[in-house]
Amino acid sequence: MNRRQLLALSAALPLAAAYGRLYAVPSAPGKLLVVFLRGGYDATNFLIPVASEFYYEARPNIAIRRPGSAPNAALALDANWALHPSLRETIYPMFLQGQVAFVPFCGTDDLTRSHFETQDSLELGQPLEGSRDFQSGFLNRLTDVLRGRQPIAFTEQLPLILRGDKDVPNMALRSLGKPGIDSRQSAIIAGMYQRTALASPVKQGFGLRDEVMHAMEPEMEAANRGAITAKGFELEARRIATLMAEKFDIGFVDVGGWDTHVGEGGATGYLAGRLDELGRGLCAIAREMGARWPETVLVVISEFGRTFRENGNRGTDHGHGSVYWVMGGAIKGGRIAGDQVDLTPATLFQNRDYPVLNDYRAVFAGLFARMYSLNSTQLSQVFPKASAKEIGLL
Amino acid sequence: MIGRANVSSAAPALRASSGLLLVALAVLPLVGCETTSSRQIQPAERSPLGRQSLQWLERVTWGANTASAGELLDLGEERFLERQLYPGAAPSTFQVAALDVGQRPLDRLVMELEQQRKEADAMTDDEQKKAAQQAYQQALTRVANEAASRSLLRDLYSPNQLQEQLTWFWFNHFNVFLYKGNLRAMVGDFEEHAIRPHALGRFRDLLISTMRHPAMLRYLDNEQNAVGHINENYARELMELHTLGVNGGYAQRDVQELARVLTGLGINASDKTPNVRPQLKAQYVRDGLFEFNPNRHDYGDKELLGQRIRGRGLAEIDEVAQLLARHPSTAQFVSRKLAVYFVADDPPKPLVERMAATFQGSDGDIAATLRTMFRSPEFAASLGGKFKDPVHYVVSAVRFAYDGKPILNALPMINWLNRLGEPLYGRPTPDGYPLTQTAWASAGQMTARFEVAKLIGNSSAGLFKPSGPDAVEQPAFPQMASALYYETVAQTLDPSTRQALDVARSPQEWNIFLLASPEFMYR
Repeated sequence: MNRRQLLALSAALPLAAAYGRLYAVPSAPGKLLVVFLRGGYDATNFLIPVASEFYYEARPNIAIRRPGSAPNAALALDANWALHPSLRETIYPMFLQGQVAFVPFCGTDDLTRSHFETQDSLELGQPLEGSRDFQSGFLNRLTDVLRGRQPIAFTEQLPLILRGDKDVPNMALRSLGKPGIDSRQSAIIAGMYQRTALASPVKQGFGLRDEVMHAMEPEMEAANRGAITAKGFELEARRIATLMAEKFDIGFVDVGGWDTHVGEGGATGYLAGRLDELGRGLCAIAREMGARWPETVLVVISEFGRTFRENGNRGTDHGHGSVYWVMGGAIKGGRIAGDQVDLTPATLFQNRDYPVLNDYRAVFAGLFARMYSLNSTQLSQVFPKASAKEIGLL
Repeated sequence: MIGRANVSSAAPALRASSGLLLVALAVLPLVGCETTSSRQIQPAERSPLGRQSLQWLERVTWGANTASAGELLDLGEERFLERQLYPGAAPSTFQVAALDVGQRPLDRLVMELEQQRKEADAMTDDEQKKAAQQAYQQALTRVANEAASRSLLRDLYSPNQLQEQLTWFWFNHFNVFLYKGNLRAMVGDFEEHAIRPHALGRFRDLLISTMRHPAMLRYLDNEQNAVGHINENYARELMELHTLGVNGGYAQRDVQELARVLTGLGINASDKTPNVRPQLKAQYVRDGLFEFNPNRHDYGDKELLGQRIRGRGLAEIDEVAQLLARHPSTAQFVSRKLAVYFVADDPPKPLVERMAATFQGSDGDIAATLRTMFRSPEFAASLGGKFKDPVHYVVSAVRFAYDGKPILNALPMINWLNRLGEPLYGRPTPDGYPLTQTAWASAGQMTARFEVAKLIGNSSAGLFKPSGPDAVEQPAFPQMASALYYETVAQTLDPSTRQALDVARSPQEWNIFLLASPEFMYR
């Protein structure tokens, strides 16, 4: 039985059975990591609609060449779509191995085209109509519904997506140093907060600090021996994987720098560099998760896509529909999933952007339903007034 | 507390030193000014500051210290507030003589740095080129650090405490990011000339001065925005973040129209003047680095928010600034944001309404709007309830720990703010840093804050080590067990905080626990 057959079989079986024996883990893919590309990444130059003549007309300076037509051309995925060449050694092989799927025309109905507004509404995951509760993000609600799963944000601030009734710890992993507050002092400080509203974050903060230091000991030792360490997002990603593999079940991290209004480049250049770094990081997560990778679902999201046509500065402006990625060791990948449409001037949204054909709440709900066997009541707690859309990712 | 002898004896030792040092030297007379009142009346002769007044002071200033407490006792809240709302011009002693940021006009500074960059890029020897490019980057960073130092020293020691808080607030409102392009050379000037002079003035003037500043035009890509090559970035943020607010009643079409109005507004950092068509030549404007280039402007008529804007050049900018500044949504949006910063994370609606009414009735008078806020019962009821963002935390800690002993180097503070995630000029996105507790009081952030409390409480941490090769570090120690502490602060502490202070094993640890206490986290 080769890997693909195994994956196909395991998808048909209750996953707990297939992987329970192989990896001795409790259940179906239960680990979820959401990676948010803040700034609205140019999905059109990431997953390239190579079958569209219109794409090449609309982007005279920044389009990525058709597969096989140039040394740095797009990497063919199927007849309609190809991948940015900067992902040749990272995401592309994973796609061929069936560990990555892409969902184009995905996003929210929020039409403000504002980064902040759209990020907020996406993270809250609440219906757009009616008043919003800024203390209730959808990953927090998911954690609440699931019970017993450990959430964490790998960010300096606690992001909206994880704010809510359930207390969630956070810690940025970019740079780690030895703590100066010792354990006696920590206990005394925590004592001062015991009867305040901050009691829980203070206690959690000290606890998480100790756990992270413990989990990072092998890395620190390796660094002390002079081993070459990864840099930037790749280093951060490895640390995330270590913690996700050991302890946490629902994680979140964000990556900035995608707001490419000016000079975004094509096969090479600014966006290519950002995608390269991202691809390396996500690949490192798959690798470092090791035996836990088949239990893991990693979703890459962004607040919106960008204008289909390039602007006057060889860049792109704020758009609408985006492309989400779904990765994992046991997903049904190697495909472009969800509803799609041919890209012509007539099919663009407001003659400008990708339309949203796959509502992100419906897609996530479909995913969560499969991952956690949630019933419709539970799903509606996570995404009120949304119905799950099954696009066959698991 | 802040003895005159203390200040003047430190002064001679400072004189021979470098840039940052001179800044500190320059603020000394100010500290003198601020303490005049407290010297006239000895603390023993009057009753100490009460709890409510302490909290009031914590809100109106960057943090209570002996001098400001003395001034409040002398003047009373009413007169103290009027002085803060209508401060005198920054005293002439307040000079930053040795700093690049203050010494040369922005256009000269930027052109010199540009020259340095070009020379570095033109080098043929790889090693030399690398070194020259590095030197250029270091020069940029030095300018930005000097700007941040100047800003922090003013937060610490300026008598115009409210103006300095608003300078931070408005910079954050009209945020630009130091690591875009060569913005490190410009952020200091943006703060100094576009923001500070208007921080308590008329909103429209503040808005226009940001619209004409090269830092803004570069940060939001408007220098790229030209007729036939529209870039909407600035137009969108101008309405969403600077004036109307996202639900303020504009549509995508308004964004596009405003972008057309803004065409031609840009930067010229060369000594050349572009060729302008003869019939438009008279319209060309250059003011320092700011340039209005008629060749790049869309002279067609526009329609913004239902109003026709006749296409006629730079005058359109003033027209739309007026239109945006007078829009009722702007009054609401700006008033609410001020109330979030100064009153509560979710400020009472009636208060915001009254502030917005003042704002509109006074044609955007910021000081008048603030007076409505500070004198409201909602403000009084809110005291002690705002969680300090990292800048408030660090500045108030240093004000309290070195009460009356001016620091000689602000770089450690810059490092602490980096660590706490709120460096000056360091927010990459145009929305500015968030102003509410939920954004700063997460588990990871609390842990980081305690680490910084340790650094501040343990030792002078480099604050008294002037930069420069021959500089000698001055002896100093955080002195928080002051008269202000015993007379006032101690009365406000919860028993569990006092318990922690009681078990401290050293003065250092006592400092750390006080700085880490829940009470010190709020203003």
